[in-house]
Amino acid sequence: MKSISLNLRTAVLAVVASLLAFSASGYELVIPTLDYRTGPYAPNGIPIANGFTDYLRLLNARDGGINGVPIKHISCETGYNTKVGLECYEKVKNTPPSGALVIQPLSTGITYQLIPKAPVDEVPIFSMGYGRTSAANGKVFPWIFNFPATYWSQATVLIKYIGDREGGIANLKGKKIALVYHNSAYGKEPIRTLEKMSEKFGYELVLLPVDHPGQEQKATWLQIRRQRPDWVLMWGWGVMNQVAVKEAASIRFPMDHFIGVWWSGSENDVMPAGEKAHGYLSGTFHAPGGDFPVHDDIRKYVYDKGKGTGDRDRIGEVLYNRGLVAAMWTTEAIRNAMKIHGTKEVRGKHVRDGFESLDIDEQRLTELGLPNFTYPVKITCDNHEGPAKVAIQQWDAHKKEWKLITGFMDSMRDVVDPLIAADSAAYAKENGITPRTCVSAL
Amino acid sequence: MIYREAGQFKASYPADQAIFPIRQDQVALVIVILIAVFVVPVVIDDYWSNAVLLPFFVYALAAMGLNILTGYCGQVSLGTGGFMAVGAYSTYKLITSFPDLSFILVVILSGVITAGVGILFGLPSLRIKGFYLAVATLAAQFFLVWLFNKVGWFFNYNATGQITVTRMKVFGVLVTGPEATPTAKYLFCLTFVLVFALVAKNIVRGRIGRSWMAIRDMDIAAELIGIRPLYAKLSAFAISSFYVGMAGSLFFAVYLGAVEPTEAFGIEQSFLVLFMVIIGGLGTILGSFLGSAFMALMPILLKNGLVDGLQVEVVTAKHIEIIVMGTLIVVFLIVEPHGLARLWQIMKEKLRLWPFPY
Repeated sequence: MKSISLNLRTAVLAVVASLLAFSASGYELVIPTLDYRTGPYAPNGIPIANGFTDYLRLLNARDGGINGVPIKHISCETGYNTKVGLECYEKVKNTPPSGALVIQPLSTGITYQLIPKAPVDEVPIFSMGYGRTSAANGKVFPWIFNFPATYWSQATVLIKYIGDREGGIANLKGKKIALVYHNSAYGKEPIRTLEKMSEKFGYELVLLPVDHPGQEQKATWLQIRRQRPDWVLMWGWGVMNQVAVKEAASIRFPMDHFIGVWWSGSENDVMPAGEKAHGYLSGTFHAPGGDFPVHDDIRKYVYDKGKGTGDRDRIGEVLYNRGLVAAMWTTEAIRNAMKIHGTKEVRGKHVRDGFESLDIDEQRLTELGLPNFTYPVKITCDNHEGPAKVAIQQWDAHKKEWKLITGFMDSMRDVVDPLIAADSAAYAKENGITPRTCVSAL
Repeated sequence: MIYREAGQFKASYPADQAIFPIRQDQVALVIVILIAVFVVPVVIDDYWSNAVLLPFFVYALAAMGLNILTGYCGQVSLGTGGFMAVGAYSTYKLITSFPDLSFILVVILSGVITAGVGILFGLPSLRIKGFYLAVATLAAQFFLVWLFNKVGWFFNYNATGQITVTRMKVFGVLVTGPEATPTAKYLFCLTFVLVFALVAKNIVRGRIGRSWMAIRDMDIAAELIGIRPLYAKLSAFAISSFYVGMAGSLFFAVYLGAVEPTEAFGIEQSFLVLFMVIIGGLGTILGSFLGSAFMALMPILLKNGLVDGLQVEVVTAKHIEIIVMGTLIVVFLIVEPHGLARLWQIMKEKLRLWPFPY
């Protein structure tokens, strides 16, 4: 009797499943992007958008989407403006048939706007290496993912690298390190971490804000000339980067003592300064260059068919690869969501689960055509930042290419973790959030 | 034919002095308000509320404020963004320091605080005029934004200098934060805009408004007929800043939810509101609404029309939008230098004679 009813149930389930599969023929996975191809941040916004879009087009052209379900990519132009970003978000979030599966705000300001909305609208946010650092605490921010590393982790790696170059972290005592930063929530992110470390390692921190959009930096670099810091760190974006590199060159600041954040280290930022930018450093979490198997596939399936988003010879630029790696992690999270929920008709809440149990190891990277492109990422319920490793890359102005000069270095968890705990606890208190408990953490 | 006031006789002074003396106007206004209050809240969704109508209301309020100062009292101000920032940061400090305070009171108090700051920065207007005053208010703009970015007390010493709104309720209904329904947000802002538009209209029709206009038209003549420039100018700065402060408060708390000073309240914001006032019509309350609709909603309309309607590529649409907006502004100002409100006025006059113009 029991077996009959069970059989009946499986039969009914099978019929329902086939019906679902039938209706799934028109299903599409909506992946919106908030791009900026206009305004003072366009030089950086364009390659990212191109890399992201090309990867999605590659998946659609080569594999018919993700596990056979086509991707519907929607682009919305923000101009890096928060108000427009909000309008874009409201416009794309309910796009049929799946609704926005994940949002990439691509701006710290827009990320801050959307963080409280994510749990309400059930759309996860993937702010890859930007946005609110303390969102790394998955207990307080279940819907926000900022892997593979955050600004605070990166700040510790940059200081660690400086320590290595100075012949040991103890030699930082008495050194002077200047931070040139975009005077906004984005640029201010690393300050607290750098201050914490300056107490610990005894270097002097000089803060030099640059106002939006960053074209006027004469006064900033005059101060650097006067104060003679041993190292200059930069948290810049858009047109600010190239102006800073040019100004540094004009006061003959040694380029190999000038380190940019990973958003301040692309071809666009160093090309305008020409030969003088030789030796400029920046952080990164993936390799530069367009010779990976996936790039060949993009040329073959996308550009050869005339469907490319940008210029063919700009495939493999640093920010192009940044967009590409974001698309890779996004689509892998959706693939993972399909796997754990056993459905192809995933929604935002499924994709959130997909992100939370994401595990991309080197083998998977190789399968995707990205061997040694970045490091393995494993996300857990309580840690949304992942491995938090950063490498340093250097600009070779003669060959016109970026080169990794270090491996992926671990960040100082003893500095970053307490800061993340404190900041996320403050957020939870301010907004009346009870941090969830994570089974995996037990 | 339809729009004709023949046969409408005013039998009393109040009837003659009504804001809308013509019956057709009254009926139209009542219909618009009824639709806004009873129909729109039922059909509104997130997009229409958060992306379209809230910015329209907020900017209408800000434009009304600037219109009082620039349009009615003739004092050019480029400090609107800074004063909006004062409103926003007052709101933030009030709701974080006194979480139990009624949110309606918070918005009004933010306006009052901004009025105080406005009076302070209005003092130079007693000595300097015209373009020179514009430069003085520009100083207010830069100073205020710098202040809110620099002094940690204003943003409760958080790491990034962003201020984020907490969940606030009005009569038990959430009006701020992500859980607030679009209807609640919409009705809250609509109420503020309607009430304070009525207040503004009555101020500018009364003694104070007349003294402002006298100062605007010729300050020496105004002094000769007994208007004290000190009171007239400072009251214009105070009331204008009160409106702009409330707009800033709603801008931060209801519309955006999180802001950082440099981007949200930069000089672009001041220019935007000034353009609204100029394009809408200096010295009209209606113009504030028309200007706000034009500057805040036209880009969205253009974008959606181009991208969804004509399937233009997103970035091309953006470029077209920039071009079209610029062209439209120039065209409107050539066709009617006194703004959209004047255009509406002319249309009404033509309508009265239609179809038998003489």
